[in-house]
Amino acid sequence: MVEHTLHSISLFYPEIIIVVTLCVIIIADLVVKKKNHTAGWILMGGFGLAGITVLLQAGRNESVFYDMVAVDPFALFFKVLLLLSGIFIVFFSVNSDELKAYKSRIGEYYMLLAGMMLGMLLMVGSTNLLLMYLAFEVTSISSYVLVGFIKKSLRSSESSMKYIIYGAVSSGVMLYGISLLIGITGATDIYGINAALLAGVDQPLILNISILMIIVGLGFKITVVPFHFWAPDVYEGAPMTIAAILAVASKIAAFGMLIRFFSVSFINAEGISAAGVWQIFDALHWDLLLGAMAAMAMIVGNLTALMQDNIKRMLAYSSIAHAGYLLMGVVILTEQGISSILIYLFIYLFMNLGAFYVAMLFSNKVNTESIEAYKGLGHRAPLEGVAMTIFLVSLTGLPPTGGFIAKLYIFGAAISAGWIWLVAIAGITTVISLFYYIRVVRNMYFFEPETGAKRLHFTFGSKIILLLMLIPTLLLGVYFTPLLEFAQSSIKILGLN
Amino acid sequence: MDILLNITIYLPLLAIAAVILVRTDQAVKWVSLAATSVTFFLSLLLIFNFDTANSHILQFVTEGPEIIPGYDIKYLVGLDGLNLLLFMLTTLFGPIAILSSWNSVTKHLKGYYSMLLLLQTASLGVFAALDLIVFYVFFELSLIPMYFLIGIWGGAERIMATIKFFIYTLAGSLIMLVALIYLGFHAGGVHAEYIFTADWRFISSPEYQIGLVEQTYMFLAFALAFCIKVPLFPFHTWLPHAHTEAPTAGSVILAAIMLKMGTYGLVRVCMPVFPNAFMEFASWFAILAIIGIIYGALVAMVQKDVKKLVAYSSVSHLGFVVLGIFALNTVAVQGAVIQMINHGLSTGALFLLVGMIYDRRHTRMIKDFGGIAKVVPVFAVFFLITTLASIGLPGLNGFIGEFLILTGAFFSELYDNSIYAVLSALGVILAAVYMLWMYERVMLGSITNDENKKMKDLNFREIGLLVPLVLFMVWIGIRSEDFTRYSEVWVDNFIDVTETKSVAVLKEAQKDDLPGWTAAFYNLDEESDELEVELVQIQGGLK
Repeated sequence: MVEHTLHSISLFYPEIIIVVTLCVIIIADLVVKKKNHTAGWILMGGFGLAGITVLLQAGRNESVFYDMVAVDPFALFFKVLLLLSGIFIVFFSVNSDELKAYKSRIGEYYMLLAGMMLGMLLMVGSTNLLLMYLAFEVTSISSYVLVGFIKKSLRSSESSMKYIIYGAVSSGVMLYGISLLIGITGATDIYGINAALLAGVDQPLILNISILMIIVGLGFKITVVPFHFWAPDVYEGAPMTIAAILAVASKIAAFGMLIRFFSVSFINAEGISAAGVWQIFDALHWDLLLGAMAAMAMIVGNLTALMQDNIKRMLAYSSIAHAGYLLMGVVILTEQGISSILIYLFIYLFMNLGAFYVAMLFSNKVNTESIEAYKGLGHRAPLEGVAMTIFLVSLTGLPPTGGFIAKLYIFGAAISAGWIWLVAIAGITTVISLFYYIRVVRNMYFFEPETGAKRLHFTFGSKIILLLMLIPTLLLGVYFTPLLEFAQSSIKILGLN
Repeated sequence: MDILLNITIYLPLLAIAAVILVRTDQAVKWVSLAATSVTFFLSLLLIFNFDTANSHILQFVTEGPEIIPGYDIKYLVGLDGLNLLLFMLTTLFGPIAILSSWNSVTKHLKGYYSMLLLLQTASLGVFAALDLIVFYVFFELSLIPMYFLIGIWGGAERIMATIKFFIYTLAGSLIMLVALIYLGFHAGGVHAEYIFTADWRFISSPEYQIGLVEQTYMFLAFALAFCIKVPLFPFHTWLPHAHTEAPTAGSVILAAIMLKMGTYGLVRVCMPVFPNAFMEFASWFAILAIIGIIYGALVAMVQKDVKKLVAYSSVSHLGFVVLGIFALNTVAVQGAVIQMINHGLSTGALFLLVGMIYDRRHTRMIKDFGGIAKVVPVFAVFFLITTLASIGLPGLNGFIGEFLILTGAFFSELYDNSIYAVLSALGVILAAVYMLWMYERVMLGSITNDENKKMKDLNFREIGLLVPLVLFMVWIGIRSEDFTRYSEVWVDNFIDVTETKSVAVLKEAQKDDLPGWTAAFYNLDEESDELEVELVQIQGGLK
C-alpha cells in the first residue's frame, strides 16, 4: 500500500511541482518587492519544470492513487497543451498594461493562475468522478476570481459575478448528475461505471437524466450552445489574458475530461464499430443530441459574432463556434474523430492565443478593444498586422495555415463517419465566419491611418513571443506529420476504432 | 528536370523575402520584375522539353511522400497537355503585371509587390497541382492576395467588391471541399492501398468509377465551385465589381489567370471524374452558358465605364469556353482549351490598355473620351488590334477558339440540337457591336474634350509590355496548330476515358437498385438492348 502510494507520487510530479510553485509564489509575494513580475517568472519556471516532468512520463500508461488518476499518453497530450498555453499566458501577463495598475496584487494573480493550472491538469488526468468534479471546481473557482481581478473596472466585477452564478448553477447540476450516476452504477471510477453499465442497468431513465446533467456542466466549460450565454460578457469584462486562458486552456481541459468520460464510460470495448459507438445506452440518440448541440454552436456562434464590435466579444463568439467544430469529433467518437479533436486543439491553441495576444498588444497601445478603432493599424504595426491577419485566416480555416489542416481533419472524420449534414452546416458557417474575421483585417489594412498617427513600436521580446505563435500556425499548415503521429499515439489507449 | 518546375512555381514566393528586405522602392520593383522574368524564362525551358506526343501523360512530375499514413495525400505537381499552356500564360503575365504597375502604384509598395508575387505562386500552383487537396490549397491561397490587392489598392467601392468576391468564391470552394473529402474516401474505397486518395491520376483513370447517385451530387458541388469562379451566369455578379475596383494589375491577373481556374477545373476534374453526370447536365450548363453569352454582351453594350464593359465581355466570352467544354467532343474541347489562352491574352491586354488611359486621365467613362486616336496613335493601334482579337476577327487569336467551339457545339451529340451553336453565334455578332461601338466612341471622331488634347502617347515601357501579347495574338491567329498541338493528344485521350467510364458506369447501374429519380434522369428504364444501341451511338458520336 505504501509502495503503491510512493509509486503514485513518483508519477505525480507535475501536479506537485505546480502546488510547490503556488506556495513559493505566496511566500515570494510577501518577501520580494512588488515592483516587477517576480511571481510571473517563478510561475513560468514552475510551468516549465512541470512540462519537463510531463514529457518524462512519455510512454507511461498507469493508473495511480487507486484508480483516481491516469498517467497515460492521452493525459500527456493534454497536459502538454495546457502547460504550453499556461506559459504563453504568463508571457502575455508580463506584457499586459491592463495588469500594471495592480502591481501590488500581482502575486495573487499568478497564484490563482497556478491554482487554475492545477485544476486543469487534474481534469484531464482524473478517472474518478469525484476527483473530476473536484478538479473542475478548482479550475472554476480560480477563474471566477481571476475574471474579476481588475477590481476597479465595473465590467470586470460584473462579469465575475455572472460567471460565478452561471458556473455555480452548472456545476451544481453536474454534481447532481454525478451523484445519480454513482447511485445507479455503484461505482465512482469510470472503469467501474463502464463495467456496471455493460452488466446492464435497470434504470435507463435515471441514467439518461444523469448524463444530460453532466453534459450541462461540461457544456458550460466548453461554451457550447445552449450553455454559452456567460462567455461574451465574461470575456469582455475579464482581463485580456484571462479571456485568452478561458478561450483556450479551460476549453482544452474540458474537452480532455469530456472525451475521457464518454469514451471510457459508455463504450462497449468488446464489439464497437464506428456506427455502434453509442450503442450502450439506446434510450436517447446521444450522437444526434451532441450533433445538434455542435450545429447550434456553429450557427449561433458564427451568426452572433457578425454583430460584435468588441474584439473580445467577437473572439468569444468565435470560440463558441470553434467549440461546435470540435464537438463534431465527439459526436463521431471514433479514433479518427478523437484524433482530429486533438489536432484541432493543438492548432487552435496557437492561432487563438495569437489573436488574443495581438488584440492585447493593440489595446495596450491604442487603448481600445473596438474593431472599428482598428482602422489603419495594419500600416502602423506591420509585423503585428500581418500576424493578426494570419491568425484570423487560420481561424477561418483557409489554407495554407494550420486552421485549414484542423478543419480538413475534422471534416474528413465526420464525412467518413457519414455525418454529411453536420459537415455541410460546418462548411456554410465557415463561410459566414469569414465575414467577421476578415472585417478585422479589412479595418487594419483597407483604411489609411489618420494623419499624424505614428507607427506603433513594440518591444523586441513581445515580437519574439508573437513569432512563437505565428511560426507554428504557418508551419502546421504545410507540415504536420509529427503532430498527427503524436495525436494518434495519444489516443491508442482509449481503444476506439 | 522535375526540380525546374518547382523552382518556377516557388521562385516568386522566395522573392517576397527579398522584397521585404530591400530598402528602396526602386529595388522592390526590380526584384519583383527579376523574379517574375526569371520564372518566365524557366517556364520556356519547360515548354521546349515538353513531349507533345505524350501530352496525356503527366510530365516534370514531382511526387512527395504521403503526409498521413494510409492517406494518399501528397505533394504532386506536373504538367500535361491541359495545364501546360495555362501555366505558360501565368508566367507570361507575371512580369507584365509588375511592369504595368511600375508608376501607377505609389503606396505600400512592399505589400503590393509581395501580394503580386504570392498571387503568382498560388496561380502557378493551382495549374500544376495534381493532388486535389494540394490543388484546393493553392485554389484558396490565390484568394488572399487578390483580396488585399483589391482592398488596399483598389477604387472607391473596393470594400464591397472584396467582400462579394471573397464570399462568393469561398462559398463555392467550401462546398467543393466537402465533396472533395467525400470523393477522397470514396476513391480510397476502391484503391488497393489507401483509405483516402486525392491523386488525380487515379481518380481520373478508367479503373475508378463512381455510382450515379454519388456522381451527381459530387459533380454538382464541384461544378458549382468552378462555375462561380468562371463565372457562369447566374453566379457572375461578383465579377464586374471586382474588376472595376481592382487596380490594373489585379484586373489583368483576375481576367487572364484566375477566371481560367474555373474552366480549367471543369475540364480537369468534372469531365473525367464524373462522366455520366457531366453528360446529363451538359445541356443545362450549355443553356446557362448561352444565357451568359447573350446577357453579358447585352449588358456590356450599355456600359458607360470602359472597364466595366470589358468585365461584362468576360462573362460573355467565358460562356463560349463553358459551351465548348460541355459539348464534349474533340473539336469543341480543343477550342475551349485554346480559347482560355485567347481570352487571357486579349482581355488581359484590354485591361492593361484601360489602365493606361486611366493613368493619364483618371477616368474610364466613355463620354470623357472621343477622337483620341489622333492624339495617341500608337495606343490606338494596340487598342484596335486587341479589340479585333477580342471580337474574333479571322487572322487573330479569338477567331480560332470561337470557331472551334461553335463547330464542336454544332455537331455535339450531347446538345443534340444545332440551336445551341446558332444562339451562341449571336454572341459573336453582339461582341462586334459593343466592342466596335466602344472603340468608335472612345477613339474616333473629333476630340470633344479639351483635356484629352494633352494626352501623352504610350511610353517605351508600356509598348514593351503590350508587344508580346499582340505578338501571341497574331501568332495564334495565323498558326494556331503551334499551340493546339500541345493539348491534342490530351483531349483525344481524356474524351475517350470519359466516354469509356460513362458506359461502364451505365452498364453497372443496370444491375443495381437505384433510387427512382436516378433511373428517370439517366434513362435507365429503357430496355437494355436499346441502351446498348444508344451507348454505341454515344461512342460513335464522341469519336
